[in-house]
Amino acid sequence: MSKVLNFTIDGVICMAEKGQTILNAATANKIYIPTLCNLPGLKPRGSCRVCNVKVNGKFLTACTTPVAEGMEIENNSEDIIDIRKSIIELLLVEGNHYCPYCEKSGNCDLQAIAYKYNIPAPRFPYQFPDRDIEATNGKLLKDHNRCILCKRCIRGIKDEDGKSIFAFKRRGHKVIINIDTRLSANMTDEMAQEAMDICPVGAIIKKEIGFKVPIGERKYDKEPIGSDIEEIKATTI
Amino acid sequence: MSKPIIATTSLAGCFGCHMSLLDIDERILELAELVEFNKSPINDIKKFTKKCDVGLIEGGVCNSENIHVLKDFRENCKILVSVGECAIMGGLPALRNNIPLRECLEEAYLDGPSVENNEERIIPNDEELPLILDKVYPCHEVVKIDIHLPGCPPSADMIYEALVSLITGKELKVPYEAFKYD
Amino acid sequence: MKKDVKSIIAKYNKDETRLMDILIDIQDSLGFISPEAIDVISEDLNLSHVDVEQTISFYHFFSMTPLGKYNIYLNNSAVANMMGCAEVAKVFEEEAGSKFGEVSKDGQLGMFYTSCIGMNDQEPAAIINGMVFTRLTKFRAREIISDIKAGKNVEEMYVASYGDGANSNQLIKSVVSNNIRKIGPILSPKAEYGSALKKIIKLSPDEIIDEVKLSNIRGRGGAGFPTGLKWEFCRKAPGDRKYIFCNADEGEPGTFKDRVLLTERPKRLLEGMAIAGYAVGAEEGIIYLRYEYKYLEEYLENVIREAREANFLGKDICKKKGFNFDVRIQFGAGAYVCGEESALIESAEGKRGEPRDRPPFPVEKGYLNKPTIVNNVETLSSVTQIINNGGEWYRSFGTRESTGTKVLSVSGDCLHPGVYEVEWGFSVNDILDLVGTMGDVQAVQVGGPSGRCIAPYDFNRILGYEDLATGGSLIIIGKQRDLLKDIVLNFMDFFVEESCGSCTPCRSLSVIYRDKLKKILKGRGVQKDLDDMYAWRHIMKGNRCGLGQTALNPILTTLRNFPELYEARIQKNKTFDEGFDIHSALKDSFEITGRKSF
Repeated sequence: MSKVLNFTIDGVICMAEKGQTILNAATANKIYIPTLCNLPGLKPRGSCRVCNVKVNGKFLTACTTPVAEGMEIENNSEDIIDIRKSIIELLLVEGNHYCPYCEKSGNCDLQAIAYKYNIPAPRFPYQFPDRDIEATNGKLLKDHNRCILCKRCIRGIKDEDGKSIFAFKRRGHKVIINIDTRLSANMTDEMAQEAMDICPVGAIIKKEIGFKVPIGERKYDKEPIGSDIEEIKATTI
Repeated sequence: MSKPIIATTSLAGCFGCHMSLLDIDERILELAELVEFNKSPINDIKKFTKKCDVGLIEGGVCNSENIHVLKDFRENCKILVSVGECAIMGGLPALRNNIPLRECLEEAYLDGPSVENNEERIIPNDEELPLILDKVYPCHEVVKIDIHLPGCPPSADMIYEALVSLITGKELKVPYEAFKYD
Repeated sequence: MKKDVKSIIAKYNKDETRLMDILIDIQDSLGFISPEAIDVISEDLNLSHVDVEQTISFYHFFSMTPLGKYNIYLNNSAVANMMGCAEVAKVFEEEAGSKFGEVSKDGQLGMFYTSCIGMNDQEPAAIINGMVFTRLTKFRAREIISDIKAGKNVEEMYVASYGDGANSNQLIKSVVSNNIRKIGPILSPKAEYGSALKKIIKLSPDEIIDEVKLSNIRGRGGAGFPTGLKWEFCRKAPGDRKYIFCNADEGEPGTFKDRVLLTERPKRLLEGMAIAGYAVGAEEGIIYLRYEYKYLEEYLENVIREAREANFLGKDICKKKGFNFDVRIQFGAGAYVCGEESALIESAEGKRGEPRDRPPFPVEKGYLNKPTIVNNVETLSSVTQIINNGGEWYRSFGTRESTGTKVLSVSGDCLHPGVYEVEWGFSVNDILDLVGTMGDVQAVQVGGPSGRCIAPYDFNRILGYEDLATGGSLIIIGKQRDLLKDIVLNFMDFFVEESCGSCTPCRSLSVIYRDKLKKILKGRGVQKDLDDMYAWRHIMKGNRCGLGQTALNPILTTLRNFPELYEARIQKNKTFDEGFDIHSALKDSFEITGRKSF
């Protein structure tokens, strides 16, 4: 790595390549910044806002902002943590997230960040929105109740001509993910699996297979999200 | 000094959270040393006989009786704890929250695939039966709740640690593996 | 149908970045964008259906289901309501026998509410089949519905004389009034068209940028970024093509001064755009015009045509070899967020108007990823006058921090609503004296819903970047108004409706605040609600754009400046109330069981 930029995260001296985003540079320096909408390999979009960090008193998304020489980044200050927790809590109340019977429970990034931040219950009132489950597609189930509108599926899943299979529809709090019925009808099993894997929550579920890995043995059941990045393992919360 | 007093109840729940409380195994003996139980299905005390320190609520609020019980708990307990996902956010029963009540009842008693022997098409409606609310409400929307313990059910470890912390005033520390929503 | 759609798409060379124009033309010619039309678009532009639908469903004026033969878009923003919109709406509904938000069963009439249409000084106002109707009354509403039932053309439904100035131009013929109440150098009719262009051809681009910098003018849309600096960044940014955008989206409720500048001084704007083009090295200019101002289209197209004929646009402008610059109009389709510069660019590229992540900034990577300047109508018009008279001259107006003049849109409870060009540095009291008030003033909304609602003890504060910055909207709110219900709730509904939906806090928290306010208005609020609203305010800082960061301002600024209004409405004897209402929760049950008590 050509180490050309010096910067700090919470006072820890870090190095980054020119053009690297704060998020990628933090990861390279073994510092975890939580994200929901970001996925390595996809163009960042900064839509979930969970990766907000503070630079010079301003809030910036780590996934979209490149590191600059001498940057002093706050990743663990009280207001940053509170904004992140608030966003997680907003996502929990704006949809219908029934973890106990969700196929993704234990593998869900939203849930995992909520665990990491030790959120027993959201501070905001539950909205109980009236949302649909779309099951017409042969391979996929789209459960809008659980969708957090992160756009990972929009950005990551395209057909062989590069056309979008998923897209936003409407705006504001009425926005939903729209699935192209024609293009999604031709999805292969691999694409369907990829779509399910790309979804950070349980909004895209591949049909016919469920609970292959039992609850208790899943990705985030034993270790907090980000443990693979952080050097110092968190044992208690 | 008198022992702290605990009361428990299950509203729209499955008693799974109570089972989890019993899952603290031999620590239940320690707990019995530390506290006294008042109104609770565990000892079958039906009415509050004195003011309590801690009330544990399992389940969300789905009918008029639940409201009555929950308010009774609020009046009689210093600290009220929502135990489990149903108490916190309605849980599984809240799946009906976007289905009109009439549809729910018709499905359950008249048209559902498991309905048998109801030629007269009766939806139970005895004066003794509580009235069902339009949806299942989280407990903290009806009365003030002081503490939330998530999980379906919350792990025995978490329930135990939470009770100890409430009784002793020690800071609540839950191991990562014990803090779950599922 | 298919042929029509195909020819529309062909008109835009099957260019997917022109999707907005394609959709607008289809909507205008077919009345809606049908599934079959979407089939054709996706086939011809090689897009998936959902890609086409994501754009259509973003904009208020697009519809995927048939609209009426006649469509009434009635403005229901706060000032419209102050001026009697609800009464007019009631008559429309009674006479028509259908409701707002739907199309009548016979398909004749669609009636819809719409946010501010830039006519705050002549409300209640509506757009009917593209034509603007102002100063509506119950009587006029009855007439209009009866004309619609009689099948009249919209033109035949006008009963008033046309508005002042160019509003009566053959190509506009509108009842809209300019209501210009105070003229300054930007609104001034003086200065010959082209005089600034004739001056700049003798100057280098750097000299022009220096002159703009000397003037110290800052962006007039509201954000206040130094214009000269923006131009310099764009000039220095590498790029084979560069673009000049004029932001004529003017969506901030209460703002209408750009409409007047476009009607009365369009040439001054075109000149300013060409100057910007010359300064940064751009040959293409695009006026992003809000759909609500579509009635100005033919007129503005004609002004552009005349400018080309006069050699003030086109090739070798003013006979200067290589000074090429031309302008086209790009319409929006009803989305407040498109006033944000990067959202505006996205929209102009045929997409949803979602703001972009920055960096890169538009001056580096803007329209079609090329360096782009986005300036407000007033900013560009001011530049023309700066070049005509010099940066030093411009600095003689206003204050040290805020040079020049500001064209204000004043509306609400005042005697003379309209457009006022004043020097920066006027206090709110000066403005009130200028426009004439009716009775006691309770509050002034400075800078629209995203700005601040200030109380009388702040009326001595001055308008300027050093104190009260504003994009130009001032709404005067009389004592007789229920500030929280009539104004704040209306503004919150607006932000909930206009959020693009991308950032979590903006999409979701604005709804929660709106609901809390409703709860307080219902008399169910407690002190905790006020504490929560205060404690959660910083969460909005996590949003990407200006809309998101200011979407709670209607509540936050009134909570700060009018705490007594909130305190008067909360329950004093309770500390807990989450709004749970047992009677409404049992309503269905009572009905089903026939029981009456629990």
